[in-house]
Amino acid sequence: MELTILVIKSLVILAVFGITLLIATYSTYAERKVAAFLQDRIGPNRAGPFGLLQPIADAGKMFFKEDFIPAQANKWLFILGPCLAMLTALMSSAVIPFGDSIRYASFDVPVQGIDVNVGVLYVFGVVSLGVYGVMIGGWASNNKFSLLGAIRAASQNISYEVALGLSIIAILMMTGSLSLRHIVNEQNGFLQWNVFTQPLGFVIFLTCAFAECNRTPFDLPECETELVGGYHTEYSSMKLGFYLFAEYINMFTSSAIISTLYFGGFQYPFMHQVHDALVNSLGSTVGHNIATGIGTAVLFGKIFFFIFFFMWVRWTIPRFRFDQLMNLGWKTLIPLSILNVVLTGAGLLFDKFKYATWLIVIVMIVLAATNAIKAPRRKPVAVPQV
Amino acid sequence: MNQFNTFLASFKNLTTAGYLFYGLGLITLISAISVVTAKNPIHSVLALIFTFFCLTGHYMLLNAQFLAIVNIIVYAGAIMVLFLFAIMFLNLKEEDEEAKTNVTKMAAVIVGGVLMVLLLSIFNYAPVGTFNPASFDAKTGLVERLGIVLYSDYILPFELASILFLVAMVGAVMLGKREAGDPHF
Repeated sequence: MELTILVIKSLVILAVFGITLLIATYSTYAERKVAAFLQDRIGPNRAGPFGLLQPIADAGKMFFKEDFIPAQANKWLFILGPCLAMLTALMSSAVIPFGDSIRYASFDVPVQGIDVNVGVLYVFGVVSLGVYGVMIGGWASNNKFSLLGAIRAASQNISYEVALGLSIIAILMMTGSLSLRHIVNEQNGFLQWNVFTQPLGFVIFLTCAFAECNRTPFDLPECETELVGGYHTEYSSMKLGFYLFAEYINMFTSSAIISTLYFGGFQYPFMHQVHDALVNSLGSTVGHNIATGIGTAVLFGKIFFFIFFFMWVRWTIPRFRFDQLMNLGWKTLIPLSILNVVLTGAGLLFDKFKYATWLIVIVMIVLAATNAIKAPRRKPVAVPQV
Repeated sequence: MNQFNTFLASFKNLTTAGYLFYGLGLITLISAISVVTAKNPIHSVLALIFTFFCLTGHYMLLNAQFLAIVNIIVYAGAIMVLFLFAIMFLNLKEEDEEAKTNVTKMAAVIVGGVLMVLLLSIFNYAPVGTFNPASFDAKTGLVERLGIVLYSDYILPFELASILFLVAMVGAVMLGKREAGDPHF
């Protein structure tokens, strides 16, 4: 009996692990295709049909390149850096609820690695460890540009972690639980999704997720115009591959966490009706499992949208300057998220009203509009007649 | 020899958690000792981070999940990153080792030894808390219980600690603020 649960559980964990790696692999392909589309090119199309084997070709190339360790580098820490980056990237998907539950005989096994009651904090802890891989790698390279890139990465991650945590607090106040599964179950019904109850918190969380993943417009740790290659200047072969790959895994996990926290996870409109209809027509085991499968598919749809969103932004918006980045983090996002927490608390005290933070959004829109109206009109530039 | 035999006998009767505790304790001690003995300050900091992870493991064994995760977030995730940050900028060299004379080493050994004796005597006399396995609630360390206790019985110390943090933060901002006449770097 216990063995059955263990087998299903380990299958789920293996599946989560494998799917994370697979999606991260194909994110590299998707990135190149999206970039090509946005820049009016074709993109990879030589390896396999539609270039689908391109990620495998890339990995093969990475493995066969010369694995170079600089003479003055600290050898073990140089190797430890990319390993830590991969390790921390792969750890956080363990607590994400990918679906309702798999029913087998009399067991209900949740589609989730581990259902701990401190899930949000676990994610937060793993995210805060992610900076070690970059810092150790950058320092061990014994290169000034690497060190500067690492220091930038560390200060950026620490700064945005604060706003990230504060934006989650509003959700925790509404849910009253740290378990991610509980947060998903709480978002029962389309208008209960946290993106509608916490619009500002969502924007702050999304911005911080970009910064935590070191993605454009916040990819200053590897800003090639200023720092050669950033923290991975000295890296080559699969060590460099691990760093780049860890970024894509982080992207996948952040997309999954955004979908879970703000877009209802595996919930979709009319979920219960679909579940009941399936159970009535196919029986309580098969019907339930198929309903779980649909929920998981919906979650992956949301995740893919956010991965696409990450890429869309990368190829559209140029990067910030470092002082702009710090000002945005400390002087805009943190005060806004504190205001968000206070207003959410006020709304909850006042008759459990969940939509209080729309007030900030309305005020901000009105302010922006008045600014735009008040701003002096630009005189139309005289076009020289040819 | 007799004592050793009884120790071995008690070792055989341990539960899984007991074995985990001894294994984890051994790793904790080794990493904590290597914090002190490491020549390179970066290695020392990394060993300290590893020690914090071991402590998190101990909290997990005590079923205090919240404390375990917060230990990682605050110590390993924030404070040690800043430690590493500062040490990377210091550019410490091997030659600095020679600046430590024999007198400093002697003084360090004496102070450390006195502290150890003090701690040992305290732990020898301090009462060890007992619990009744029949009425013990395994959920004591979980978030909800901890929150209720913090916000009801210990509300004043909790608020005082947060005011202390606020004061420290304002002080840090005061010290770090660039004044009107200061040069730009």
